[in-house]
Amino acid sequence: MDLRLLDEAATADERDAVDSLLGTPESGWDGGTRQDSDLRYARGGHTARDRRDLLLPALHAVNDRVGWISRGALNHICRRLTVPPAEAYAVASFYAMFALHERPRRVVHLCTDIACAAAGSDGLRERLAARLGPPGTGSGDAPAAWHESPCLGMCERAPAALALQAGAPARFAVAAPATPGGLDALAEGGPGGRGADGDRPSPASDHPTTFHPGPPPGASPEPGPAAAVPDAGSPDHVLLRRIGRVDPLSLDDYRSAGGYAALREALRLGPAGVIREVTDSGLVGRGGAAFPTGRKWNATAQQPDAPHYLVCNADESEPGTFKDRVIMEGDPFSLVEAMTIAGYAIGARTGYLYIRGEYPRALLHLENAVSLARERGLLGPDVMGSGFSFDIEIRRGAGAYICGEETAIFGSIEGQRGEPRTKPPFPVEKGLFGKPTAVNNVETLVNVLPVLLMGGPAYAAVGTAGSTGPKLFCLSGAVRRPGLYELPFGATLGDLVEAAGGPHEGRSLRAVLLGGAAGTFVRPDELDIPLTFEGARAAGASLGSGVVLVLDDTADLPAILARVAAFFRDESCGQCVPCRVGTVRQEESLLRLRSGASPAAEVPLLREVGRAMRDASICGLGQTAWNAVESAIDRLGLYSADDPAAPDPAPGGTATPAPGDRAATEEAR
Amino acid sequence: MRRSEDFSTSYERLTRPLVREHGELRPASWEEALDRAAAGFRQGIDRHGPNSFGMLSCARATNEMNFVAQKFTRVVVGTNNVDSCNRTCHAPSVAGLAAAFGSGGGTSSYSEIEDTDLIVIWGGNPRFAHPIFFQHVLKGVRNGARLFVVDPRRTPTAEWADRWFGLNVGTDIPLAHAVGREILHAGLANESFIERATSGIDEYRALVEPWTPAAAEAETGVPAEAVRELAHTYARAERAQLCWTLGITEHHNATDNVRSLINLSLLTGHVGRHGSGLNPLRGQNNVQGGGDMGAIPDRLVGFQDILDPGVREPFERAWGRPIQGRKGLNLTQMFEAMEEGELKTLYVIGENPVQSEPETHKTTARLRSLDHLVVQDIFLTRTAELADVVLPASAAWCESDGTFTNSERRVQLVRKALDPPEGARDDIEIMCALATRLGHPWERPAAEEIWNEVRSLSPMHRGMSYARLAELDGIQWPCYSEDALEPSYLHSRLWSKAPALRGDPAPFGIVGHSPPVDLLDEDFPFRLTTGRRLDDYNTGVQTGGFSSPLRRGELLDLSPEDAAKLGIEDGETVRVTSRRGSVLVPASVTASMRPGLVFMTFHFPHQVDTQLLTIDATDPIAGTAEYKAAAVRIERLGPRPAAEHRGAPDGALR
Repeated sequence: MDLRLLDEAATADERDAVDSLLGTPESGWDGGTRQDSDLRYARGGHTARDRRDLLLPALHAVNDRVGWISRGALNHICRRLTVPPAEAYAVASFYAMFALHERPRRVVHLCTDIACAAAGSDGLRERLAARLGPPGTGSGDAPAAWHESPCLGMCERAPAALALQAGAPARFAVAAPATPGGLDALAEGGPGGRGADGDRPSPASDHPTTFHPGPPPGASPEPGPAAAVPDAGSPDHVLLRRIGRVDPLSLDDYRSAGGYAALREALRLGPAGVIREVTDSGLVGRGGAAFPTGRKWNATAQQPDAPHYLVCNADESEPGTFKDRVIMEGDPFSLVEAMTIAGYAIGARTGYLYIRGEYPRALLHLENAVSLARERGLLGPDVMGSGFSFDIEIRRGAGAYICGEETAIFGSIEGQRGEPRTKPPFPVEKGLFGKPTAVNNVETLVNVLPVLLMGGPAYAAVGTAGSTGPKLFCLSGAVRRPGLYELPFGATLGDLVEAAGGPHEGRSLRAVLLGGAAGTFVRPDELDIPLTFEGARAAGASLGSGVVLVLDDTADLPAILARVAAFFRDESCGQCVPCRVGTVRQEESLLRLRSGASPAAEVPLLREVGRAMRDASICGLGQTAWNAVESAIDRLGLYSADDPAAPDPAPGGTATPAPGDRAATEEAR
Repeated sequence: MRRSEDFSTSYERLTRPLVREHGELRPASWEEALDRAAAGFRQGIDRHGPNSFGMLSCARATNEMNFVAQKFTRVVVGTNNVDSCNRTCHAPSVAGLAAAFGSGGGTSSYSEIEDTDLIVIWGGNPRFAHPIFFQHVLKGVRNGARLFVVDPRRTPTAEWADRWFGLNVGTDIPLAHAVGREILHAGLANESFIERATSGIDEYRALVEPWTPAAAEAETGVPAEAVRELAHTYARAERAQLCWTLGITEHHNATDNVRSLINLSLLTGHVGRHGSGLNPLRGQNNVQGGGDMGAIPDRLVGFQDILDPGVREPFERAWGRPIQGRKGLNLTQMFEAMEEGELKTLYVIGENPVQSEPETHKTTARLRSLDHLVVQDIFLTRTAELADVVLPASAAWCESDGTFTNSERRVQLVRKALDPPEGARDDIEIMCALATRLGHPWERPAAEEIWNEVRSLSPMHRGMSYARLAELDGIQWPCYSEDALEPSYLHSRLWSKAPALRGDPAPFGIVGHSPPVDLLDEDFPFRLTTGRRLDDYNTGVQTGGFSSPLRRGELLDLSPEDAAKLGIEDGETVRVTSRRGSVLVPASVTASMRPGLVFMTFHFPHQVDTQLLTIDATDPIAGTAEYKAAAVRIERLGPRPAAEHRGAPDGALR
């Protein structure tokens, strides 16, 4: 490579962080000290460039260790991976969780997204600003820096805040629901980096994890994953049946609760047999696009090009969604087992598990699970003595919603910017590293376990004809018992709201946001919508990733729309014009409306911008960025008449053009 | 950062002929200039015979122009003294390949570089010097080929490579011989190919036997283990390409260097097959074509041997004039003949030897000693400034029709896009006007007519009509018939099972090691080697007019270790002195250099005349000069730091 490296040198700490990931440099050309032997001989080329996919982990290593990425550290990474600094900078600056300027070791991420805003994050924001100054500021010796964050995936305990503290190892702490006192504790961590129990070996010290399992000083431990499941332990649960009943760090616990029976069955059936069962089960993707899983696996397995890859999309970032986090935190081995089965079915030897950067506990539990599974021969060169070889590489996102798009995730794993690719070619033909790849969502994968244990036809008998099996719903907002609910397909929206205890005393429903920021609002008189793919589609809505965000009569809808618009504007990767410009124009217009501009002038403009984004953006982000706003105008009647509160007299007449159609691009979300 | 204009002169196009009067060049009419040019040549021929005339033809001009230039030399003047700047770069490649295989072109095609398993680049930095070719290398690399680079410097090309071998300047033969020995000793030689298609294996075996990996390490500096790795990787590759550039050919024993590399392909059978071959990377757009057209002293068009009466006969019949049955003078010999008073008149078309030849002072003095110097160019170069007559020419690549032949032997049509500026004339038209004045009334032929004459005389071009060249986007030679195309690679005959089809076996080159002529000693302890940078080309005449954000002017690259030892800061101007001259140049400290080794280009002769430092020791076979190895010392201009001595790098030279 033609490397024009920078002059800055990495500190010893930064070098150590990078070198512990990449190994000791083998020569002066590789970032070590120049020696006599370097004057006559150098290795590099393919071996060096083939490690490009370690760029993101290397950036994480530095950010985890010192809290930010200096030019010297970037330079060292570039030399070690033979990446031009401009490209590495382009990648590092793509992600919200990396800082390229010095900042305190501790960073507090305060969620200001819809559910948390409804639960009072505004007051907390002011409290942090008073303590730590404006967001994103703070020199190295301040106690902490803070940021406003998009959805942290803890909507069931809104408002939520997450603190990450750099060090060796890094630590994390959560305050949710965040009380003023709890938030103060997150914000007051000293710059020292070592916790009160810093010298205590972690419980699974044989299996080093990125984050120390204990919180940093002053912060309280987080409640267990089962706290997110109000009816944990229900005998009706299939997907959630182990949550709260097994120790998520114990492989033995998992096995004694039925773990690895499905993999055994898969090995008995053979790859074609597994695909047949999954096809017969009618299982479709749970990330939002509802693509038949069996068809995707079969198409990948049939590809002549090799190797094949599996990617598990755990970049759960759709505002209002937290189902994958609960599974990963509460039953991590089930995902490892399901990925192994998927890899077996599609002929992959490597599966990448891409977890969003805001999920440190999920990362911790999965790193532990993968290590234990490897140790017991459940991953590795000879899985369960079958001769099948499969292993899992965990990759961590760093704060970029777009990386959950099924092709952007490839760029992110490969060490490029996480920008979506045009399709075709589809991932099953040319996916990760240009090879045939199946991308599946976490919930989709863990459904494969009951499919194999029950048999495809028996699984297909659960739910409705068009939507088979059980489904997870993320209930948040103005209900008495928010949390993760598992219901067989077929229940209505009203049933679900009922199960969550309905609105708070004395309040009435204003609207329900189905499917997250990319989804649609429905009215209180539409609670009979069946929560199935076909039912939602018939009602001009979409299940999306299973978000059911309930708003009562206190909700400030214009503010919520402005937050949704700000979210898309911030998360647009900027690659294509309709989305890059359209998301900005949409937000500007909504802000004008909030300050009293005439709907007669603004709404037609919003429609035109929205149509351009939907028609011409290359990926689902831009295509769906207008969905929620459109449905608020057309279904809720917002901005549609002189009285903004008046309901639309003619609902459904201008139904959202089937958001389910974005399926093709949003499949994996 | 300084602007590029600081480093180079922007040349204005010549649009009026110039003639020398009272020691000065003055504008003249075309009639007067052509009359004077012709008269000077006629006088020289009349007084000293045709062999007192020399022609330097242009490696950037079309095949047609080169064909007419050599025909002018052989028919109008009657000598074989015609050559071009290919002498200063790849004449040794042509000579070495011709000695082994009978013809002097690279044996493979670009597409095969993309379709091979191993690419060895030996003595070349194509990332900078052959950027188009390197795109093909990169495609090969992306298709999975491994890239090995042998070069004293860790060049940008080497940064792309899987392995880099940093040998001492001028030790290519020991390294090649050690690789050959290791292949033989490891049992990796292709015995059946050697037996069928080569000769001289026993002598070769004896020749390389002393070059153990350890002996090679002592001489070349490349670790013994790395020598083994190179040998085993090359021999085991199913397909391998061996490419070289001026690091091999700009040495006093350049043809031997080329032979030593060819030996490795003979040993392993990496020649004459798809994806396996030998490729000298050519530098000028038509340096291949100039030689193909016979603008060299020992070959007629199509690499036909001038010593063979059977070859000369059809030419003599076609041209109606006998051709001398002896080799003419090559470029280097012409310059020596000037000094000895044997060469009196010189016709230079599009060449700039004052700045491209080593030892500038000597070159200038020799040109001044001529009775008559005619320079035909588009710019008033340093060489043109010395001329008696300057004739303003057209730019071949855009102002004339014709053909070029690229490094993969592909003849391609070029079409006239612009008229030359008012006052400048086409090269061929000028030569025809001179021929007419010298008694050969040549009507200016169309480019296609000249090409058809080439086809009638050169069997390997016979099948290439203009129509077919247009239809196929170029055709590689050889192309014997309009009905067929030959394989994209040469010498497939060597793999034929029938001895008759196999033809002459390819001989191993029995060549010994001869270190660089300019020896290192206490006074001149640094090895200076020269080369190119990405954004400039040769003497800068063609690139100096364009600005480049990367251009930093002439620099002396040296290692951090030497810079520290000498107390030299990056960017500080230092004095570099060889046994022949001395220049001032800013230093550039870079890890790509090792102690004892320094590097310069000759892109900025107006700023720093690097050729004052280089040596004119030349290869006896091909006549190429040893630009790659001079001995120099380096001195700071300012006061020395207290604890510092003059810069002999301790023990770093070996």
